[in-house]
Amino acid sequence: MKELALMKGNEAIAEAAIRAGVDGYFGYPITPQSEVMEYLMLQKPEERTGMVVLQAESEVASINMVYGAAGTGKKVMTSSSSPGISLMQEGISYIAGAELPCLIVNVVRGGPGLGTIQPSQADYFQSTKGGGHGDYRLIVLAPASVQEMADFVDLSFELAFKYRNPALILTDGLIGQMMEKVELPPQKERVSEFDQSWVTTGKTKDRERNIITSLNLDSDKQYEHNLKLQAKYKSMEQDVMFEKIECDDADFLLLAYGSSARICQKVVEVSRSRGKKVGLLRPQTLFPFPTQEIARMARRVKGMMSVELSAGQMVEDVKLAVNGRVPVYHYGMLGGKIHSPDDVLQAVEEKYIGGY
Amino acid sequence: MELNKIIKPENLVYKRTPLMTDANLSYCPGCGHGTVHRLIMEVVEEMGIQEDTIAIAPVGCSVLAYDFMDVDCAQAAHGRAPAVATGIKRLWPDKFVFTYQGDGDLAAIGTAETIHACNRGENITIFFVNNGIYGMTGGQMAPTTLEGMKSSTSPYGRNNETMGPPYKITELIAQLQGTYYVTRQAVHKPGPVRKAKKAIRKALEVQRDKKGISFIEFVSNCNSGWKMTPNDSNIWMEENMFPFYPMGDIKVDGELVKSP
Ligand SMILES: Cc1ncc(C[n+]2csc(CCOP(=O)(O)OP(=O)(O)O)c2C)c(N)n1
Repeated sequence: MKELALMKGNEAIAEAAIRAGVDGYFGYPITPQSEVMEYLMLQKPEERTGMVVLQAESEVASINMVYGAAGTGKKVMTSSSSPGISLMQEGISYIAGAELPCLIVNVVRGGPGLGTIQPSQADYFQSTKGGGHGDYRLIVLAPASVQEMADFVDLSFELAFKYRNPALILTDGLIGQMMEKVELPPQKERVSEFDQSWVTTGKTKDRERNIITSLNLDSDKQYEHNLKLQAKYKSMEQDVMFEKIECDDADFLLLAYGSSARICQKVVEVSRSRGKKVGLLRPQTLFPFPTQEIARMARRVKGMMSVELSAGQMVEDVKLAVNGRVPVYHYGMLGGKIHSPDDVLQAVEEKYIGGY
Repeated sequence: MELNKIIKPENLVYKRTPLMTDANLSYCPGCGHGTVHRLIMEVVEEMGIQEDTIAIAPVGCSVLAYDFMDVDCAQAAHGRAPAVATGIKRLWPDKFVFTYQGDGDLAAIGTAETIHACNRGENITIFFVNNGIYGMTGGQMAPTTLEGMKSSTSPYGRNNETMGPPYKITELIAQLQGTYYVTRQAVHKPGPVRKAKKAIRKALEVQRDKKGISFIEFVSNCNSGWKMTPNDSNIWMEENMFPFYPMGDIKVDGELVKSP
C-alpha cells in the first residue's frame, strides 16, 4: 500500500533518511534547512531505527564527524545551507580525496556572504566543480519536487557507495520549504549492503590495517591517485539522469534544474499554447552533467536558454556541450528573488523570435 | 663477546611490541613522538584491543602515525581529530577510539572541536603531545610556546603583550563535566615513561568503562624546532616547560585533584 504524506521538502529528506537506513546524521542549524535536524530529533530515530543524530558545534565539526563515520562504512549524512557548506569545503575535499561515501545536502540561499535566506541556485559552480581545493568532483543530484527530495536520498547513497564518493543533493529554500504530496519510500533495514573491505573498524587478524587518508607525500603516488579519481569521475557518466519535457519536436530548448525547472514547465506549457515549440531539458544529475544529450539536442534545435536562479553558472556547461553549434542564452534571477513564468516567457519570446 | 652468544631467548629483557610496524619512524632523532607511539601500542597490545581500536592521526609531525601503529586509522584534517573520533565513536560505541594530536592541532586550529568533544563527554581518549611549537611546518609559534621562547614566527621571543600568552588547555578542559581523567605526563626519562604508560592504560580503561573523556598531555621536546641537541632540549624542557606545565594528574575519576 502506498504511504502518502504532505510534507516540506526538508522534512521529506529527513524522513527518507530514516527510511533509507541511514546510520548517522551530523549537522548544525541554518535557515532554510533547519527542519531537517528538527524533524529528525522529533522522530526519535534512535528508537525507530537506531540512527544517531547529533547537533555538532559547527559545520566544520559536522563534516569531520561525517568523515570519521563514513570511514567506518556507515551511511552518514549532513545538511546545511550555503554559508555552512562553504565552511565544510576542506572536509568535503578530504572526503573526496579519501574516497568516502556520504551524503551532503545543500539547501541553497542567496549569497555571497551572509546574503539572504531566500532561494537561490548560485552554488552551482561550488557544487559541480569541486568546491574545495584539489581536482575532485561530487555526485550532484538536483531534485525538483518534494517527491524527488525523498527519492534522491536513497539514490544518493547508492551512487555514493557505488563510486566511493561523496554525493550532494543541491536544492534550495523553495523546494526545501514548500509542501507537496509525497509517496514515502519503504523502510529499509539499517544494514550495509555495500562492500566493507576498506573500512576502519579495527584491524582483525585476517587483514592488513585499513587507513583512511588523503595524504600522498610522494607525488608519483598522488599523480596515480589523481588519475584514478579522474577515471572514476569519467565513469560516472553512465549514471547521468535528466528529464525531457516536450523535447521531441522542440525548436527552442530551455535548460533548468530544481525550482527553476518547475517554473520552466509552465513556460513550456504557455509557449506551446501560443504555437511556439519550446521544450525543457531538466538535469536531475548536475554531475555527471547531461553533456551528450545536450550536444544531441543542439543538432535539432535553433537555440537554447539556461534558466537559473543565478547570474549564469550552468549556462557555461551548456555552452561547452553545445560547442558553438547554436546560440545559447542565459536568463537568471538574483538575490533570492524568483523569476515568474511571465519573466521567462518574455525572455524566451525575445530570443525565439528575434534571436535567430 | 660474539653477538650470537648474547642473543638468546633467556637473555631477552625487552622486545618491541609487534603493534609498532617495521616502517622507519619519520621523527627527528631525539623526538618524543616515537616513545609516545610505542607506549600507546604496548598498552593496546597488553589490553588485547587491537581488533577494536581505531586511531585518528592529526595534521602535524604525527600525520603519518598510521605508518607506525598497526591499527586501523583515519587521518583527520588539521584540528578536527576530536570531531572525526566523535563520528566514529557514536556509531561504534564499543570500539576504542583515540586521537593523537599536537599543540597547534589541538589548542589552536582545533580548539572548538577539542572543547566540545570534551564537553559532550565523548567516550574517546585524547593523546596530546605538547612540544611548544609547530614542528611539522618548521618551528613556528604554537599556542603553548612559552613567553620569551624563540620560534620562526617569534624570532625575538614570544611577546605576551602582542602575541598573547601561552595557555593551558589541559587545565581548561579539566573544568568540563564531560572529562573524567585528565593528566599531564612526560616521556624523556625511564621514570616518566613508566608513569606515562600507566596513565595510558588508565585512560583506555576509562574509555572501556564508558566514563567520558580521558585526556593525556605529554609535555615533550622538539629538539629540531627548538634548535638544540636532544639532550639539551630535555634539560631545557625540565627547566622551562615543566614549571609552566606541571606534571601529574589534574582530574581523576571525574574529580579535580589539582586546582588549576
Ligand atoms: C588547514 C590547515 N592549516 C595549516 C596547515 C599547515 N600545518 C601543517 S602541520 C601544522 C602545525 C602542526 O603543529 P602541532 O599541531 O603543534 O604538531 P607538531 O608538528 O608539532 O607535532 C600546520 C600549521 C594545514 N595542513 N592545514
